[in-house]
Amino acid sequence: MNPAIEIRQACKRFGHIHAVDCVDLEIGQGEFFALLGPNGAGKTTLINLLSGLTRPDSGRLSIMGYDVSREYRQARRAVGVVPQELVFDPFFTVSEVLEVQSGYFGITDNAAWIEEILEHLDLSSKANTNMRALSGGMKRRVLVAQALVHKPPVIILDEPTAGVDVELRQALWEFVRSLNQSGHTIVLTTHYLDEAESLCSRIAMLKAGKIVALDTTRNLLKGSARRVKFQLVPDALPQKLHPFLLHRESGYHVLKLDEFSDLEPMLEILRQSGVAVTDMVLPHADLEEVFVEIMSRQ
Amino acid sequence: MKGFSTLFHKEVMRFWKVGFQTVLAPLLSTMLYLLIFSHVLGRHVEAFPGVPYVSFLIPGLAMMALLQNAFANSSSSLIQSKITGNIIFLLLSPVSYPEIFLAYVLASSVRGIIVGCGVFAITLWAVDIPLKFPLWALLFSLLGSFILGATGIVAGIWAEKFDQLASFQNFIILPLTFLSGVFYSIHSLPPFWQAVSHLNPFFYLIDGFRYGFFGTSDVSPYFSLFVVSLCLAAVSLFTLWLLKSGYKLRN
Ligand SMILES: Nc1ncnc2c1ncn2[C@@H]1O[C@H](COP(=O)(O)OP(=O)(O)O)[C@@H](O)[C@H]1O
Ligand SMILES: [Mg+2]
Repeated sequence: MNPAIEIRQACKRFGHIHAVDCVDLEIGQGEFFALLGPNGAGKTTLINLLSGLTRPDSGRLSIMGYDVSREYRQARRAVGVVPQELVFDPFFTVSEVLEVQSGYFGITDNAAWIEEILEHLDLSSKANTNMRALSGGMKRRVLVAQALVHKPPVIILDEPTAGVDVELRQALWEFVRSLNQSGHTIVLTTHYLDEAESLCSRIAMLKAGKIVALDTTRNLLKGSARRVKFQLVPDALPQKLHPFLLHRESGYHVLKLDEFSDLEPMLEILRQSGVAVTDMVLPHADLEEVFVEIMSRQ
Repeated sequence: MKGFSTLFHKEVMRFWKVGFQTVLAPLLSTMLYLLIFSHVLGRHVEAFPGVPYVSFLIPGLAMMALLQNAFANSSSSLIQSKITGNIIFLLLSPVSYPEIFLAYVLASSVRGIIVGCGVFAITLWAVDIPLKFPLWALLFSLLGSFILGATGIVAGIWAEKFDQLASFQNFIILPLTFLSGVFYSIHSLPPFWQAVSHLNPFFYLIDGFRYGFFGTSDVSPYFSLFVVSLCLAAVSLFTLWLLKSGYKLRN
């Protein structure tokens, strides 16, 4: 089985900026994958290389086994892209836009599928509204619909929830999750790390055009430093525990905890020193922490 | 072919929906030219022997309007799509670059020919114009609209702002159309300017087109056809190469 996306040594420079710097990446069919990174990391450029909106300086990229430049027609049929920018054609209505997009993909009669997408995205009532008259959130939904007209096996969403209200965010993710369950490969970028954490099974983190972390969400979370927070009476940490102290935080001592089995000896030391534990918190590692930690390296 | 026909249809709809600006406005300005030039010059000029100046002027003006509107259609559509960003919907699709070329050129041709026919439709009741060789007239109007439609693609790809496009229009297209013998027969010019006019491809378009009406022309219609076909081939090849290269569209 071909990978959904295969990227080999892809490079793209703008002047002296290495927007994408020798990236290797493979995403399997059916994955729910997140591409994370700060602004300017190169996420959009990497997506543009995949969709053919930008040509790479070097390297090979393919979608469902089709080379994006040599076999561009098949490659583009295999992918639907929801762009980051809120672009639209002011001359047409929602359903005209979707019919035109279907036609570009060589589909003659797409009315049934268009109706279904509109239904799912809660756009049915806007079918005959001109694009100009739609709110930002509605335009975003049309972008999603446009990416789906040709039923692509691979769907790439570039910050689809930026500037979108909570309600739409949830509805959108529910829809995308159902697409993934029916077999579509999903690749997304987002600034809401909690979204990536709860939705995606694998994550790549990009920094200055390079992949700096690539692993399953579970492994990334496991890799982050575990901690334990104690509230003590009297409020003084025994000397023996000072090497573990990370920082103090509103009445708590935050200690590094490599393994859960280290907890027992810590409590033992506290007991022997005559310090009482009035509260103890084991915070969950979250992706935000992992992200900040990885991005702050070097 | 579905990709081509969709894009073609979309491009035609695009100008048709704003027909007030894209069809009626150019018709109005052409009528103003006609009114002014025929009144000012009509009594003094006889361009072709036995042909009244107004009759001589109308096919020239129709061709000028046709050329300018064919150019305006593809160039303004492309630059609008580029500036608003919605060009990506086409670029994300599998529509091939020859299909893109054909769709933009033919939609431009449709607009050019509608405006050109409009000029005749309005003047038909007032002015008597012979139509000796309709096929010649049709041939030159098609070739002219194709050349300018393709040139409009080049300009629309090259220009990044509307004022750059306006420069292209004001410094290249407009002088070439005005100095092509729309308002006069180039035989009335001094020899030097006659020679210069022969370097202007628009001259052959207008002259060949007029031949279709009057059966008279400044140069042989076969020679005009040869020059015009050569121009179309050159512009088309260049435009196709530009589209294939992804210049300014995929970077
Ligand atoms: N068309 C372009 N011209 C010049 N620089 C660009 C262009 N597109 C992107 N860049 C630069 O490339 C880098 C990566 O940008 P981008 O891919 O948009 O990042 P992200 O999507 O991760 O925020 C940035 O430094 C950006 O300024
Ligand atoms: Mg981006």
